[in-house]
Amino acid sequence: MIVEAVRRSPLADYALRFAELSAARPGDLFLREHPFLAQVNLRTDPNDPAVMQRLASSLGFALPVAANTTAATEDRRALWLGPDEWLIVGPQNQEGALEQAMRDGLAGAFGSIVDVSASRTVLEIRGVEARDLLLHGVPIDLDTRSFKIGRCAQTLLGKAQLIIERRGDEAAFHLYVRSSFAYYVADWLLDAAANPNLKSAR
Amino acid sequence: MSRLPSGGRIDRSRPLRFTFNGRPYLGYAGDTLASALLANDVRVVARSVTYGRPRGVYTAGIEEPNALVQVGPESMVRATQVELVEGLDAVGLNGKGRVTADADAGRFDKVYAHCEVLVIGGGRAGLTAALAAARTGDRVRLVDEQAELGGRLLSAGWDDWLATAIAELRSMPDVRVLTRATAFGVYDQNLVLIAERRDAGGRLWQVRAKRVVLATGAHERPLIFANNDRPGVMLAGAARTYVNRYGVAPGKRAVIFTNNDSTQPLAADLKRAGIIVEAIVDLRAGEAVIDTVSPPSPSGGGQGGGSLEGVMIGPLTGDGPSREVECDLLCVSGGFNPALHLFSQAQGRLRYDEGLACFVADGALPNIELVGAAAGDLGGCGQGAVMPYWVVPSDGREWSSHFVDLERDVTVADVQRALGTGMRSVEHVKRFTTIGTGSDQGKTAGINESAIVAAQLGQPVGAVGVTTFRPPYVPVSFGLIAGRNGGDLFDPIRVTPLHAWHVGHGAVLENVGQWKRPWYYPRDDEDLAAAVRRECQAARENVGVVDVSTLGKIDIQGPDALEFLNRMYTNSFDALKVGFCRYALMCKADGMVFDDGVVMHLGHDHWLATTTTGGAATVLDWMEEWLQTEWPDLKVRLTSVTDQWAAVAVVGPRSRNVIRSLFPHVPLGPESFPFMAIREGETGRIPVRLHRITFSGELAYELWTPSWYGLALWEAVMAAGESLGITPYGTETLHLLRAEKGYIICGQDTDGTVTPQDLGMSWIVSINKPFIGQRSLRRSDTARPDRKHLVGLLPVDGEALLQEGAQLVLEPNGAAGVKMVGHVTSSYRSAALGRTFALALLQRGRERLGGTVYAALNGHLVAAMVTEPNFYDKESRRRDS
Repeated sequence: MIVEAVRRSPLADYALRFAELSAARPGDLFLREHPFLAQVNLRTDPNDPAVMQRLASSLGFALPVAANTTAATEDRRALWLGPDEWLIVGPQNQEGALEQAMRDGLAGAFGSIVDVSASRTVLEIRGVEARDLLLHGVPIDLDTRSFKIGRCAQTLLGKAQLIIERRGDEAAFHLYVRSSFAYYVADWLLDAAANPNLKSAR
Repeated sequence: MSRLPSGGRIDRSRPLRFTFNGRPYLGYAGDTLASALLANDVRVVARSVTYGRPRGVYTAGIEEPNALVQVGPESMVRATQVELVEGLDAVGLNGKGRVTADADAGRFDKVYAHCEVLVIGGGRAGLTAALAAARTGDRVRLVDEQAELGGRLLSAGWDDWLATAIAELRSMPDVRVLTRATAFGVYDQNLVLIAERRDAGGRLWQVRAKRVVLATGAHERPLIFANNDRPGVMLAGAARTYVNRYGVAPGKRAVIFTNNDSTQPLAADLKRAGIIVEAIVDLRAGEAVIDTVSPPSPSGGGQGGGSLEGVMIGPLTGDGPSREVECDLLCVSGGFNPALHLFSQAQGRLRYDEGLACFVADGALPNIELVGAAAGDLGGCGQGAVMPYWVVPSDGREWSSHFVDLERDVTVADVQRALGTGMRSVEHVKRFTTIGTGSDQGKTAGINESAIVAAQLGQPVGAVGVTTFRPPYVPVSFGLIAGRNGGDLFDPIRVTPLHAWHVGHGAVLENVGQWKRPWYYPRDDEDLAAAVRRECQAARENVGVVDVSTLGKIDIQGPDALEFLNRMYTNSFDALKVGFCRYALMCKADGMVFDDGVVMHLGHDHWLATTTTGGAATVLDWMEEWLQTEWPDLKVRLTSVTDQWAAVAVVGPRSRNVIRSLFPHVPLGPESFPFMAIREGETGRIPVRLHRITFSGELAYELWTPSWYGLALWEAVMAAGESLGITPYGTETLHLLRAEKGYIICGQDTDGTVTPQDLGMSWIVSINKPFIGQRSLRRSDTARPDRKHLVGLLPVDGEALLQEGAQLVLEPNGAAGVKMVGHVTSSYRSAALGRTFALALLQRGRERLGGTVYAALNGHLVAAMVTEPNFYDKESRRRDS
């Protein structure tokens, strides 16, 4: 957890509790915040091949066009949010570079590019029981048959809207949580995790 | 003791102590409370709700109408469903249960699950279906309401088949078996809600299944005769269950009364258990049980009081002698009803089958299949040849002890009374008599009701039909529905990035939608009024600061953004230059004010609109709806940035001093940074967008920064203003200051029936361009002169604080029937004015300026003068001071 002099992540106050939980449930549950990631919302016409081509080359990878999928390079990723909408995610402090890459890609074509880096924070939840925990509040099917690595979805956790992404390995989920809902989501996760027998939810 | 020396599926190596009505008893693991009570010869379990008649165990399952008990905080549960545990303490209900006032200490949660095949019911048909589905590799879930899979087989000696089937099922990787779990509701797209009973609580499963297999079996139904409710009268299948599954003799001398073949194995089972079968009364042979016999005074509460001592048997035709047969157990079977509750909930239709004498599914449903007894295959129940028969007349043609619904104490006489009033529909009869409205939902009563109505009306049962099955199939506790959504998790609590500071500095919080906002910041022992007086004074005379991060914020981009905004808002943005912002008002298509905010022109084809705190999502949806459905040709894209920005308003005549020390490089003179201008700046390493916006009438700056800098910005503002005595203020002061200026709050001073003109805001309604609601503003109704107008009110007694929502009248005498001409929308005590004041919507308000209206306050009418809705700095000099 990085605490900067001026920036403060929405879940800075929860870092200790996340660490304690992860230490108490080694392998079963690991929870941490990835603060300050660069996030830019892009909306443009996916049916314009020239624009999509230019965006692919300026971003370094082609935007995903299949619903609820992601695409990524080493340190940048794109989450499909809608037929003409993506969330482009990059490392900290890269929002300017991401915006510029998208502006280069659009090259004046119609679209919108909005820095939303501070809109959401990203929570990683990983472990044998990660999915069991999420089953308590996420209504979509998180089975690997339908929610494979490389899938994302806009859904709910409890009563909070969020984006969920399965990334890297099957036991890892990333939750993109709106800043104002972050306490609720963190409280919800910690409360659900207090159940010592999460596996019984399978 | 009536425990058989051997047999049953109970674990005799694990005795369990329990108490019932305060007396200690012994049972075994695997018992239900009902089977353990029968094993201990407890015949009277409860007393009926209306007549207080003694009642005993009647069934062995979920359909139990009689044996209702209180167990701990659970005020009304079926003894047939309570698994015996060590130390169980149960009390039989005397009519009604008692709800405890204590908080439910149970642990409940909710889980979502998905599968290709959901099989409901773990009897033979369900197990077979689950095995078949599992062999395809699909994800299969099998749920069963009992502690053990097997359904009717558990009572029929199919132990080997069961063990093999269950073992195979459990060996399959994608099969999940859930016991003690009752599917109680089927909703659209095969969403099935399942209540799982767990130790000291439960779990609500929300299962989405591609296909649902209903293997819900069938419920045995009783025959109805005089005094058919006495302890000792029991469904035949239940008697067999107690003998075979629980190793209990539910009586010593039995009579079997039937109209079908299912009772054939029962006689042998009873005999093997040492129970004497005194008689088998078969309606098909022309005989019937006409009445039951019990001790003369059934009022005693002790064991056996009112219990069965014999039955009267006679010819079905009624002519001929009847005989009394002594017995303490009467096993009754009137046939079987397929359990189609869930099928019916899913909009499946039912039809009456004459041959089976029951209602069966009429046609299929997509992705819902019926198997086994639920599908009308009653072979497993052993029904065989059945004689449709429902009610046995008694000698005196007296119907007031022929119980149709045992839980609700409803008799055939009640049904006759309902029909006598002219009712013909079973739905009406249900509501008149309350048949089927008990916690058992009439599982043993409903079809008999239909048959009785049909017989009385001389119609076929099929023409009468059945009452509608609605969820839940079984009673569901509120705790289960709430799950963990209690306390702070009841609903999301949204907070701004400054929340921790507010809390740390003693702010009293207020709920604003899902947001927690500082209401006021009391110092020492200040109350609300004192704190607000001090906060207002700071903002009016010195400098205050308020967290306005909760404002809704929508980023708007595209070459048609200007056109889009002109259509969405009543005012025009044609002349709004980049770097400036403008107050904006929005109507619905009916011309009524909907929301307001500030529209900011940030750059080429780039705008940002703020909304009210509560309206953020609604306004974004409203805009998207128009863009996507009405104006797809407009090249505009919207993005919510509500959470992106923290916003801090620095307010008051000395706000410029604070801003100057924070942003020494931003020119702040009236010409270089005019009202409604936008500037970019940086303080410390915090990037800030500055806006000259006021919601108080004072000189004010709204500072925006990406939300993760919010706290640092706030602290920088506090530090910069410390020497001046900068004062944080909350929503109460925010609202009071704006009310002094007559600035509206959408949703408080408007209620969806108010036009801009009603508010005196014609100035913001463009006549040069079309916008949503414009045409409605030309309707005669919106133009009529006697509409309600926003006005100010000054109570004649400057100490009288009118109540928000108070109705206004013109007559001071308070006569009855006096016409109400408006109501108070906002009311405050103002430090700046030295008195109370209010805003109100008043009929013909602008014609009544200077006049007097009256409002009720503490039982009296108080007078108030009607004024312009602007009380402070009417010339608006202060905002540019």
